Amino acid sequence: MTVETPVRFSPLAAWQDTLAQLPTGIRVRELPHLTQLTLRAEPGSTAVRAVAACLGVPLPGPVRAELSGDVEVLWMGPDEWLLVAPDGRADDLLARLRSAVGEEFATVTDVSAQRTTLALSGPLVRSVLAQGCAVDLDSRVTPAGSCPTTLLAQAPVTLVVHDDAPAPDVRLLVRASFAAYLAAWLVDACTEHR
Amino acid sequence: MNTPFRAPGHGRVDRGTTLSFTFDGIAHTGHPGDTLASALLADGVHHVAHGIRYGRPRGVLAAGAEEPNALVQIEFPFPEPMLTATTVELYEGLVARGLSGQGRLSGEPDTARYDTVHAHCDVLVVGAGPAGLAATLAAARTGARVVLVDELPEPGGSLLGSQEPLDGAPAMEWVGAVLAELAEHADVRVLRRTTAFGHYDDGLVLALEKRTDHLGAAAPAHVSRQRIWRIRSRQVVYATGAYERPIAFDNNDRPGIMLAGSARTYLNRFGVLPGTRAVVFTTNDSAYPAALELADAGVRIAAVADVREEVPEHWRSACAERGIAVRAGHVVTGTSGIERVTRAHVAPFGAGRLGERHGVDCDLLLVSGGWNPAVALFSQARGTLRYDAGIGAFVPAGAPGGVRTAGAAGGTFTLAGCLADGVAAAGQALSALGRTVPETALPVTGPLPHGAPARVLWRVPSPRDGREDQDGTLQFVDLQRDATVSDVLRATGAGLRSVEHVKRYTTIGTAHDQGRTSGVMTSGIVAEALGVDVAELGTTRFRPPAVPVSFAALAGRNRGELFDPVRVTALHPWHVEHGALFENVGQWKRPWYYPRAGETIEEAVQRECRAARTGVAMMDGSTLGKINVQGPDAGVLLDRLYTNLMSTLKVGRVRYGVMCGVDGMAIDDGTVIRVAEQEFLLTTTTGNAARVLEWMEEWLQTEWPGLRVHLTSVTEHWVTIPLVGPRSREVLALVAPDLDVSNDAFPFMSWQDTTVAGVAARVCRISFSGELAYEVNVPAWYGITVWEALHAAGDAFSITTYGTETMHVLRAEKAYPIIGQDTDGTVTPQDLGMSWVVSKKKPDFVGKRSFARAENLREDRKQLVGLLPADEHVLLPEGAQIIATSDIPAPPVPMLGHVTSSYRSDALRRTFALALVRSGTRRIGETLYVPLDGRTVPVTVTDPVLFDKEGARRDG
Repeated sequence: MTVETPVRFSPLAAWQDTLAQLPTGIRVRELPHLTQLTLRAEPGSTAVRAVAACLGVPLPGPVRAELSGDVEVLWMGPDEWLLVAPDGRADDLLARLRSAVGEEFATVTDVSAQRTTLALSGPLVRSVLAQGCAVDLDSRVTPAGSCPTTLLAQAPVTLVVHDDAPAPDVRLLVRASFAAYLAAWLVDACTEHR
Repeated sequence: MNTPFRAPGHGRVDRGTTLSFTFDGIAHTGHPGDTLASALLADGVHHVAHGIRYGRPRGVLAAGAEEPNALVQIEFPFPEPMLTATTVELYEGLVARGLSGQGRLSGEPDTARYDTVHAHCDVLVVGAGPAGLAATLAAARTGARVVLVDELPEPGGSLLGSQEPLDGAPAMEWVGAVLAELAEHADVRVLRRTTAFGHYDDGLVLALEKRTDHLGAAAPAHVSRQRIWRIRSRQVVYATGAYERPIAFDNNDRPGIMLAGSARTYLNRFGVLPGTRAVVFTTNDSAYPAALELADAGVRIAAVADVREEVPEHWRSACAERGIAVRAGHVVTGTSGIERVTRAHVAPFGAGRLGERHGVDCDLLLVSGGWNPAVALFSQARGTLRYDAGIGAFVPAGAPGGVRTAGAAGGTFTLAGCLADGVAAAGQALSALGRTVPETALPVTGPLPHGAPARVLWRVPSPRDGREDQDGTLQFVDLQRDATVSDVLRATGAGLRSVEHVKRYTTIGTAHDQGRTSGVMTSGIVAEALGVDVAELGTTRFRPPAVPVSFAALAGRNRGELFDPVRVTALHPWHVEHGALFENVGQWKRPWYYPRAGETIEEAVQRECRAARTGVAMMDGSTLGKINVQGPDAGVLLDRLYTNLMSTLKVGRVRYGVMCGVDGMAIDDGTVIRVAEQEFLLTTTTGNAARVLEWMEEWLQTEWPGLRVHLTSVTEHWVTIPLVGPRSREVLALVAPDLDVSNDAFPFMSWQDTTVAGVAARVCRISFSGELAYEVNVPAWYGITVWEALHAAGDAFSITTYGTETMHVLRAEKAYPIIGQDTDGTVTPQDLGMSWVVSKKKPDFVGKRSFARAENLREDRKQLVGLLPADEHVLLPEGAQIIATSDIPAPPVPMLGHVTSSYRSDALRRTFALALVRSGTRRIGETLYVPLDGRTVPVTVTDPVLFDKEGARRDG
């Protein structure tokens, strides 16, 4: 019997075609299967320093994301960060981080399949998001590297600003169960721009 | 077109284009730029509605949102009730009719889009009149982020309705230049047709933009018809202007009676002459420009009755030049006419006494009782008001932080004053933000004639007033509510002393117009009746929304499939494809059952149950809440939050647990597995996932911050598939080749990590049915792959998918409770017959102390029992009450308890129920009764476990 690689389905696999047909000015695509780990540790602790050294980047402060390393670090709460890395890195990262933390107190949990990621880009991004997001997304207020956890329409999301140029690049991390609702909402929000 | 009431050379409507519309079944025409009211007036139609109580003919009193009379129902293109003709922009094909107070909502679904947009700014300016435009311009020039909202289609505010020049040219030229400059600023947003209607905390202002209403049937379907703007502003300037106030006199409600400033607006904005022969009744100077401009446009002004003894020379001579008789010290005491005013009764009014009256023929009676600053939004923002006796109105007194008025909204009524005030308000707003406003050159206004103070007059004595009593039965205060001076006097006569109470007693100010023309007048009349100062009496509180807002607009896009988020599991597409019907569990869609062709729900559920009890079945359990608990003190935390001991659980084992509140009542249950020495994974009920995490975090963060434990929700990381039934072991063995599935190697209440269908999986041997069962957990991405592999492997065993209904039947046969269905927050674990889950050894845990309360130890508490109806076909309704006798006694009927769960059991071949019954455990064996459809159904109380009491089936 040949061993086949088991097939994975991302939460928005069925939405690819619909998302590809959005109007010019906004591009939305799913970045499926990213590695995501929840890190919980006391800010300023030895464990946090150990994690930062292991990742090669500092852990960002409130509502900020550290996007310069190969592992992105998103601030999720006063003692919580989400580590985002390319597909397939979970086991390796978990092992490295747990080893780095050693006997100190910090915990890492694999939550890769918990959320999916939507990448939004183009000049219409801000006006589309403004239909459902109460956060001021003006680049002077929410520049690149911002990462508010908020509501978009009625779905909880973590919004990461990757690029705040006039045509911004924004990532939305959304729980898998809300992903289809959010996709439907985004498509509907573009109605006026067709 | 014969439009005798259009004034040549006046107005901003596009006369080159004609629009057809129908009002009250009669065809009319108008022009782009008209409102429904202006187009009707241009066609000589004044009688547009009827009073709601007395059915009297009513006309158009005003030219804007303050209109109390001219309520209309739009019939086409889409039925919409209760709009004011003065704010409905005219469009081709409009069909409307006048209303007597109430309209009708459409029975058809509204297919138009409505949406919401969030906006943020440094300064929000509400109102694009002279003050608002000046404020916006000044703020824009500092580079601030500015939003300007204005309710009209065209900015300009009062400038649209007057002939006052700016810089020696028509004022609208200045407006055009300002707008052109504002358009250059990227950070300035000008919203037309947008009415701010609510001021909320932290500078949040809600505004309604009517985006395509004015396009009628031509409105594009993809553009939202109306939009709610949620504007978060650091500073707000309310340049909302002022509303003219009428005066109460006999028969002051007839068509043809109009506010003087509104008539001026009809002339200058719409080029409409609201009559041919007018009488003007005023208490102040502002009616004179109206009289003069109308006279110059061809309206014969038959008389000006000015209640003041002294009329300024400027106005007196301007009137004289035009042959207009000014009667100083005179009032209008009443009117004649049915469909339209035909005569005003004018009388001298010296020293508070009416002299001899005589009639002046007219078809238009213009009234000005002074001006009320539009302070509703300022007041909503908790700005305080004071009474200004000079103008007889409430004006801003104390402004809350970040909020201020400008122009007429603050009691400044000259054009030059409004412009300067706008710049000053912008300066205050910006300096609060640390910005400096550069010198802003203002346009030069025309010379200001020397004026005279206004006289405050709320009510003209009625010739019908008796020696002792005032009458006032024909003196209307709130035209929409048909409330009169006599209604106000009845309220004060009944002992009411507060305007708030008078408002509710008379309904004055409760209509669509929020008492814009009646509120202050009411305060004045109440003050006179009570002999108190209006300043002390005050005015009624302003509340949002300041203008009517439709529910469709408030709902926005949250309707249809976007009404509430639909949460689905990774397996959802499979369920849909395989014909599952779904049950809503909170926001989740869960498969309810999977009917085959022609099956009823009963048949499908019986089939699914039979498969689980006799063969093998599988379901989607992914919605169960899952919380990862890690850290050296993880066991300590769980020991404190569960009623039983968790720290003694060995790695590789599973334990059931119950959580209680501090009152000892069960709040959630689930399983706990020990993943590693310092790591546990617990499950919660589907609906409680978020609540349990918050509950645990709250204890951890507020009571036991010293514990070294972290909680992480992993609910959606996993897809969870219960595989249930005597053949489940064989099916699992087929897809998990590395797993020793024997009972010895993989016993009940243990778990193993293995590979299922090629996917790293965690398999638990737990059962929510009493059958041999496994729970397969894999990362959600692999859910469908593993589900399909299990389904395929089970094919040889006729594996059956089942939904929540079958799950409920199976668990109820075993008396496994559902927290929230079989409990209601007043049920202890002991009441559920689960004393075994409450530790006697642990020193403490949440809820422990409450178990020692006398109330919780009573033997006659309600306890969970089984019920078997004597007739095995009778299905008791959940929620049914339980009584002791076969006859229903006279009320109050002593209730022993109620049915919490009730099903048809395939295994028992009969119906059964679970119930909470007082002293239930002691009653086992007794017959009780359930009232049902006018009779009582006898039921036998049983042990709650009705199937496989000895637990023989769990190992297969």
